[in-house]
Amino acid sequence: MKYFYYPGCSLRGMGKAYEESWLKVCQKIGIHLEEIEDWNCCGSTTYLGFDEIKSLVLVSRNLAMLEKEGGSEVITPCIACYYLFNRTNHNLRDYPQLKTETNKMLQEVGLTYSGNVKVRHPLDVLVNDGWMEKISQNIEKRLERFKAVCYYGCQLLRPYCEFDNPKNPKNMDILVSLTGVDVLDYPLKTKCCGAIITSNIPEKGLELVYVLLKEARKRKADFIVVTCPLCQFNLEFQQEKIMKVYEEDVGLPILYYTQVLGLAMGISLKELGITRCLTLTPEFERSLI
Amino acid sequence: MAQELPNKSVIYERQLDVNFADLMQSMPGGENLRRCIQCGTCSATCPFSHVMDYTPRKIIYLIREGFKEEVMSSFTPWLCASCFSCRVRCPKEIKITDLMYLIKREAIKNNHYPPKTPIVSLTKESVKMIHKNGRISEGYLMGIVLLKVSFLKLLRMSGLGLKMLLTGRFPLIPEKIKRHGELKKILAFSNKK
Repeated sequence: MKYFYYPGCSLRGMGKAYEESWLKVCQKIGIHLEEIEDWNCCGSTTYLGFDEIKSLVLVSRNLAMLEKEGGSEVITPCIACYYLFNRTNHNLRDYPQLKTETNKMLQEVGLTYSGNVKVRHPLDVLVNDGWMEKISQNIEKRLERFKAVCYYGCQLLRPYCEFDNPKNPKNMDILVSLTGVDVLDYPLKTKCCGAIITSNIPEKGLELVYVLLKEARKRKADFIVVTCPLCQFNLEFQQEKIMKVYEEDVGLPILYYTQVLGLAMGISLKELGITRCLTLTPEFERSLI
Repeated sequence: MAQELPNKSVIYERQLDVNFADLMQSMPGGENLRRCIQCGTCSATCPFSHVMDYTPRKIIYLIREGFKEEVMSSFTPWLCASCFSCRVRCPKEIKITDLMYLIKREAIKNNHYPPKTPIVSLTKESVKMIHKNGRISEGYLMGIVLLKVSFLKLLRMSGLGLKMLLTGRFPLIPEKIKRHGELKKILAFSNKK
């Protein structure tokens, strides 16, 4: 089956491993992805602090090109893009004058956008479009020796989430447990990791991440599974510093759910980008093979 | 800790900007501003409220009463992580996160923001990069912002930068879109108005 696909800037930079593993998993289970040709940055939430209408135009250009190709759905694995796309659709619907203005600008280059493209996340597609059976069929080695917690973060669930329960999301837990990993309860799964503010007030950033890591360690998790490139980076890049400041060993590898699925399907660590993880210890690497 | 309100000894009514709340309310996202019942749910749920100079609840109060100067020089909007905890919990359905974007937009438009805020540089530089390349290269963006904020910090972070380069997560060649002229034309058109 074919889907249109928008990777977003992060998946070409910090979250490279996310795209690598996501594409591998899709290949394995037979999802065909067609990348939106010449897509541009969605602007992320940072751009919203600069201009409303230009932010809408940035997102709409991508979706208008997709509509021109005949698409009506798009998959965005990055959760910032997922939020921005949904926000654009909602704002174009709620404020007709913004829609008129946006389309006036797009018409400069012969594009129009209806505001109706359905925005989907892989967690939605894999669970609700019946791919779980395909995933189970492709599992070669079960990862029963591992325990893990699933951490969803913010913008996938808030404020727009139609495919899962935003207060107690389950989709990632369901997918990861298909591989045999023992998915533990994790009450902090929807809490904030600090996003880009960690660079602004480092002490506060450390505290937020410390709490997340400590809770996972307390529950005896072997790793944390995430769905956002920024969460992944935030949770891993300060671990050394956190352990120094709090004088406590809370280090944990942070993996994407696509990497866990890929591992169980027998795809190599390198192909899944797990070797790009900053907190990968040799012992953990050995235990994965 | 949060400052006492107001932070100057006496503020007279004529010093307040009576049109500030109307301006905020007239923009998309600010409609429900005057529905606030000052319950403080937003401040309670915000992961950053205790490091803000005014909590989100106070910011709404200040906007409504016309304390424009205090709002614009507050760090609060620049400490919003866009986690939307407040937005989904507000009993009056005020889009508090969007309200923060509105303040940031006003601040950038009028060059009126608190000094030495890294997020201001980040916003400006990322906008510049998107307009120039059509895409963001996080490695370059982080480098430029750190350089603008403090050279020392850049040095301190260089170890991390190197690790990211070695793991291939900071590509050396910045990402660019092909039909850049198209994007430029669209964005330039919006400037004309």
